[in-house]
Amino acid sequence: MGLIEVGIAAAKAFAVLMLVLHMSAILLWVERKGSALIQDRIGANRANIFGVMPFNFGLLNTLIADPLKLITKEDVVPAGADKLLHFLAPFLAVFPVMVTFAAVPFGDQLVIGDYTINLQVADLDIGILYVLAMSSLAVYGVVLAGWASNSRWALLGGIRGAAQMISYEIAMGLALIGAVMTFGTLDMQAIARAQGHHFYGVIPAWGIIYQPLGFLIFLIAGIAESKRVPFDLPEGESELISGYFTEYSGMKQAAFMLSDFAESVVVAGLATTLFFGAWQVPFLFRDGFHFPGGVIVALPHLAVVAMQIASFTIKVFLLCVFQILVRWTLPRYRYDQVMDLGWKYLLPLALANMLVTGIVIVMLG
Amino acid sequence: MIVPTEWVLMLSAVLFAIGVVGVLVRRNVIVIFMAIELMLNAVNLSFVALARSRGAVDGQVVVFFVMTVAAAEAAVGLAIIIASFRNRTTVNADELALLRG
Amino acid sequence: MGMGAALFLVLAVLTVVSALGVVLHPNPVKSALALIVTLFLLAVVFVLLEAHMIAALQIIVYAGAIMVLFLFVIMLLNLQSEDPERGRRRFVLRGLAWAGGVLLAVELALLTRGAPVGRPGAAPEGYGTAQSVAQSLFTDFLLPFELTSILLLVAVVGAVVLAQKQRRPTIS
Repeated sequence: MGLIEVGIAAAKAFAVLMLVLHMSAILLWVERKGSALIQDRIGANRANIFGVMPFNFGLLNTLIADPLKLITKEDVVPAGADKLLHFLAPFLAVFPVMVTFAAVPFGDQLVIGDYTINLQVADLDIGILYVLAMSSLAVYGVVLAGWASNSRWALLGGIRGAAQMISYEIAMGLALIGAVMTFGTLDMQAIARAQGHHFYGVIPAWGIIYQPLGFLIFLIAGIAESKRVPFDLPEGESELISGYFTEYSGMKQAAFMLSDFAESVVVAGLATTLFFGAWQVPFLFRDGFHFPGGVIVALPHLAVVAMQIASFTIKVFLLCVFQILVRWTLPRYRYDQVMDLGWKYLLPLALANMLVTGIVIVMLG
Repeated sequence: MIVPTEWVLMLSAVLFAIGVVGVLVRRNVIVIFMAIELMLNAVNLSFVALARSRGAVDGQVVVFFVMTVAAAEAAVGLAIIIASFRNRTTVNADELALLRG
Repeated sequence: MGMGAALFLVLAVLTVVSALGVVLHPNPVKSALALIVTLFLLAVVFVLLEAHMIAALQIIVYAGAIMVLFLFVIMLLNLQSEDPERGRRRFVLRGLAWAGGVLLAVELALLTRGAPVGRPGAAPEGYGTAQSVAQSLFTDFLLPFELTSILLLVAVVGAVVLAQKQRRPTIS
């Protein structure tokens, strides 16, 4: 492991981390402005710096002011709380979500001089299993936050959240198995590359054409897993104050909010990789565009890589925006409805999807 | 990256021994259960190490089964603890000593 | 000493420390957390031993599901820290004697006869991937696989029945 390889790996990890964090910040902006537009209001536009900046560039001041406020707030630990667990829970909430992105490919490969850099932080042959493993660790942040806060609302929110998360983990995993069967591998970069050809030369062979039901189940289970509306009973704002993170203030609360958005980004990233062709641009191959009809537009390597990374980012962004739209459109599910949906509808549907996929694969040879 | 098999087997023995101490010394039934899980994991480690040194995946398949059986056992065992807690409101192994009720 | 062996030593020390935390800490929630850390570290050791799929399964099944179950039960029963009691000393001595015996037996076996199969060479192609484990699982071990699925069904039914609320018998 020469120094250059270590440097390249560190640079990739840094790039992915920045992608997730910046996407979370942009999504915060989209959420506040988008929800304002949907609800026919203007949104937060009052933040000012001594009244010096009279115009707000569409909430941008608020985006700077909000994190500053959260960082500089006093950190309150409730009286009967278990100090170690109270301190540990935000870390446990954020860590698995960030680490999941290590297995997601954000581009094909970048050739600089002698080095071929695979644009994926960790090329694991068990990529999808790794993602499932990390998302099953996300339960601990919720359940420990609820338990350690020594408060009724927090405990209820924590238990509900944990039960919901472990129920929808199963549906999520089974929905992914259909995609794994179709592509025959657990390696995410291989799955991304396998979606590069086109049907009849025109339609890109993205995963959603092979697995529409799988995509639907995965998206619903993913939204439930990240505890977003309509599944946000663990943090039900009108019922449980703030649910499992009621007793958190300042930077720790910011960490929980961050984990909420980052998990949205992770679900969108996974859906993009498996069902929307990851970084594939239709008709774009490694040397340029190959349009149907024989027109070939050659492009330099860096332009191809830039287009692939941009395509990945745009797809993830659009799926996140879709999740935000869903949030502001649907009412909240009741808890028993959440459990019913997870166990009685999504689980049998995912199993049926697996069965049908298996039969079709065997029949088509 | 090659790891000497003896070292891994030694770690497995140490973990198993710690699990044995846990089962014998602790009085809280759930902690006894956790020490049993620790022993199962020590055995899993042995299986994986020996599978690696033989170069055959059969050891890993056995680990797969051990994990599954441990999951089933944990579910049923914890259900039993909950059911007995309803009657006696204690999880102290010393007090759960009467086969009555 | 190669890098793999050095890394393994670090992991081994951490694993033993957290295993001791499981067994020695009076608070059951902290014991459970220590066990989660132990399971995670063991998964890392599995990766070091090139058993990638088993490492992922360890985290998904053990650290991600079984330990959540343990934590749920501890929280449901609202268990507090155990207080140390008299008469424990003879149990501690007995426990240490057993532990020492096990360790002595294994150490003697390893010193006199060496590891059962000797130094591991390079792993065969595709060792430890999901494909190779699945290949073995669904051909050589098919019967245990099917029996395990029945076992899981029995466990689910049993757990649900055992943990149900008691229904009062109605007077007919």
